[in-house]
Amino acid sequence: MNNKDTKVCPVTAKHIKIALVGQPNVGKSMLINSVSNAHLHVGNFSGVTVDKTEVLFDYKGYHFTVVDLPGTYAFTDYTIEERVTHSYLCAESYDLIINVVDSTNLQKNLQLTAELMSMNKDIVIALNMSDEAQKEGINIDAKYMSELLGIRCVKVSAATKEGIDELIDAVVAQHEAKKQDSKLVFSEAVEEEISTIVDFLTKHKYKSNNSYRNVAINLLKNNKKTYEKIHSQPIFTELQPLLIEASKHIELHHESDDIKEAFAEEYASFNRGIIAEVLKQETKEEKKTLTEKIDSILIHPLFGIPIFLFFMWSLFQLTFEVGAIPMDYIDGFFTWFGDVVGSTISNDDIRSLVVDGVIAGVGAVVLFVPNIIILFIGIALLESTGYMSRVAFLLDGFFHKFGLHGQSFIPLVTGFGCSIPAYMSARILKNDRDRLLTLFIIGFMSCGARLPVYVLFAGAFFAPDMAGNVLFAIYISGAMLGLVAAKILKLTAFKGVDEPFVMEMPKYRLPSAKLIWHTVLTKTMMYLKKAGTFIAVASMLVWFMSNYPHNKELEHQYSNRIEMSADDAKKVSLQNELNSKLLEQSYLGKIGKFSEPIFEPLGLDWKMSVALQAGLAAKEVVVSTLGVLYSLGDDVDEQNSSLANAISKNIPFASAVAFIVVIMIYLPCMAASIVFTREAGGIKYFFYLLAFTSIAAYTLAFIAYRVALAFT
Amino acid sequence: MKTLIDCQKGCKVEVMKIHASKDLKQRLISFGIMKEASVEVLEHAPRKSTIEVKVGKMRIALRNEEAKMVEVVKI
Repeated sequence: MNNKDTKVCPVTAKHIKIALVGQPNVGKSMLINSVSNAHLHVGNFSGVTVDKTEVLFDYKGYHFTVVDLPGTYAFTDYTIEERVTHSYLCAESYDLIINVVDSTNLQKNLQLTAELMSMNKDIVIALNMSDEAQKEGINIDAKYMSELLGIRCVKVSAATKEGIDELIDAVVAQHEAKKQDSKLVFSEAVEEEISTIVDFLTKHKYKSNNSYRNVAINLLKNNKKTYEKIHSQPIFTELQPLLIEASKHIELHHESDDIKEAFAEEYASFNRGIIAEVLKQETKEEKKTLTEKIDSILIHPLFGIPIFLFFMWSLFQLTFEVGAIPMDYIDGFFTWFGDVVGSTISNDDIRSLVVDGVIAGVGAVVLFVPNIIILFIGIALLESTGYMSRVAFLLDGFFHKFGLHGQSFIPLVTGFGCSIPAYMSARILKNDRDRLLTLFIIGFMSCGARLPVYVLFAGAFFAPDMAGNVLFAIYISGAMLGLVAAKILKLTAFKGVDEPFVMEMPKYRLPSAKLIWHTVLTKTMMYLKKAGTFIAVASMLVWFMSNYPHNKELEHQYSNRIEMSADDAKKVSLQNELNSKLLEQSYLGKIGKFSEPIFEPLGLDWKMSVALQAGLAAKEVVVSTLGVLYSLGDDVDEQNSSLANAISKNIPFASAVAFIVVIMIYLPCMAASIVFTREAGGIKYFFYLLAFTSIAAYTLAFIAYRVALAFT
Repeated sequence: MKTLIDCQKGCKVEVMKIHASKDLKQRLISFGIMKEASVEVLEHAPRKSTIEVKVGKMRIALRNEEAKMVEVVKI
């Protein structure tokens, strides 16, 4: 919709508050995007909108608030999303519901609509994806459907933006019109019981905002809220036997002992009736749909998993190979930039702070932006095409052996991008034990911020054509370690019954370039923003701590010796010696020295220990700290100024392996730890995580160090 | 009793009864797996650990434990 309409005054304007409700994957978030030009995250698997999101816009003199509720299959409290939606719809105040339905899958979607209809709320139905329906030869008579249901139905397409204005018009019309009673009809048996209860309520003049018919339906469905209300009334004693009798009749009629099952069947047959009237399917030959064709390859029992591994391998190859191309330019730019800026500053200390501290530190982080972009594009593609659910399907059998759930795969893969959204997406797991277990394992999936460390070390110790494979191996072994850790935790801390695995496999969708661009852009900007602010400050701090306190005596002593020596090479080596001595007696050197005994069994020197400790704040700081430490330290040789060279020269291979292992396993960054604590539901879980990851990281790094030593 | 897990790939069946706990039954129903629904088995994961079925236009993945709870009859 265009936002040409002038903004209305928020105080005097008429407000309409809309709750956007629909089953998962029907395009609610995308619809809200086209309605308001807002940018919510849209993905092609259920669970994208876990929290409700509010969007505001003005149109035709109305001030609209649209609340995008998490997708829900039915009015149950099975998953967190369903709980959020259910409690919002029952308890919060709003004017109107837009029920978004997938036109290509009407039967299933109307199941939720039928439940909404007994809620005594204004409803407008958005028949979304009408363009896709048309392509599939599905023709829906929206006008007739509106008449049959007593609800305004509007054909829309969030993708092509068709019908969006009509939808808003229908909302305004419905809001201004008088409420209509729903035209939901049940089987004779149920109708009979409803009218008995309605008669009873009429006789006793029961006070209710909802119509007697809806009250009766809700009572029969064992709706808690309705019961709570009527329970406190004197008429309840008379009503109760009536209800018990009615329930028995209905259950008998449906040959079921579950009233909810009986009502589900009632809704299904009502919907079948509606669909028979309004939907015309051009009889096409029963061809395999494109999704089925793709699925027959991608989730093939034999080839499925190798194909998936190939995709992941390609992603990491691309990350390294393509990501490396602009790196030289970025590196060159920061060296040049440092020189230019440095030449304008006369004060030695300030120049060193700006050039060696801020520019070197931030430059070391910005260097990895291309890699990060490629990785984020890969994950965004996985999410938006629908492939993610297929992988969950393929891996469930395997994951289940390790005590994880197939759907754990989704937060785990998100973890390769960033742990924070990963922790949040773990909410798709219904069972608390499964969710906690997944939360503990997410850290093993190396996040994007750890990528620079890996790229740096892989580049320092391996030939360029091997580095991509090394990168892949690091990620895969991290994931494997995670699985083993899951098994251990499942056998010890998280014993219990497994959560059932029932999951929708969405249709494959071509990812929209705009959406991918937007997701990647937001995430990359976040990374850059962090580099510009947090990392710049951290680099300054690291610089300060590595330069102070000055040791005048040492400097004096060496400057004399340097002047006296005639040989140029000797001068350089004396200067290096001075620099490293100065560094050792700095604050940072002292911290490093202090903690060195702890890290010594892992073969880590004090610089690496400092970098690891700095990494507790954010993993990006690891590289920038190494950058600062090594640009100040031994290596002043101009031709060999790159950090990778400094590292390959100064760090033994075995120590590097131990370092990487610690990075792979130890505590995620501060922000992620905070989110973890919130999602896990208590500070005690943070301490469990701290203990668990520290012990695992230390032990495994020690083993890795010893093994690597034995081989080198 | 024949259940979903006994069906071969490509097999079309009708659901007779769901032998599951209340919560799980609700979940299956909300996915359209309920009495009288026709279900087509699309794909098996290796060793039938998970199966993919089609109900109406919707594809659903089930673990074998859950598939065993859905009693079906061939149509």
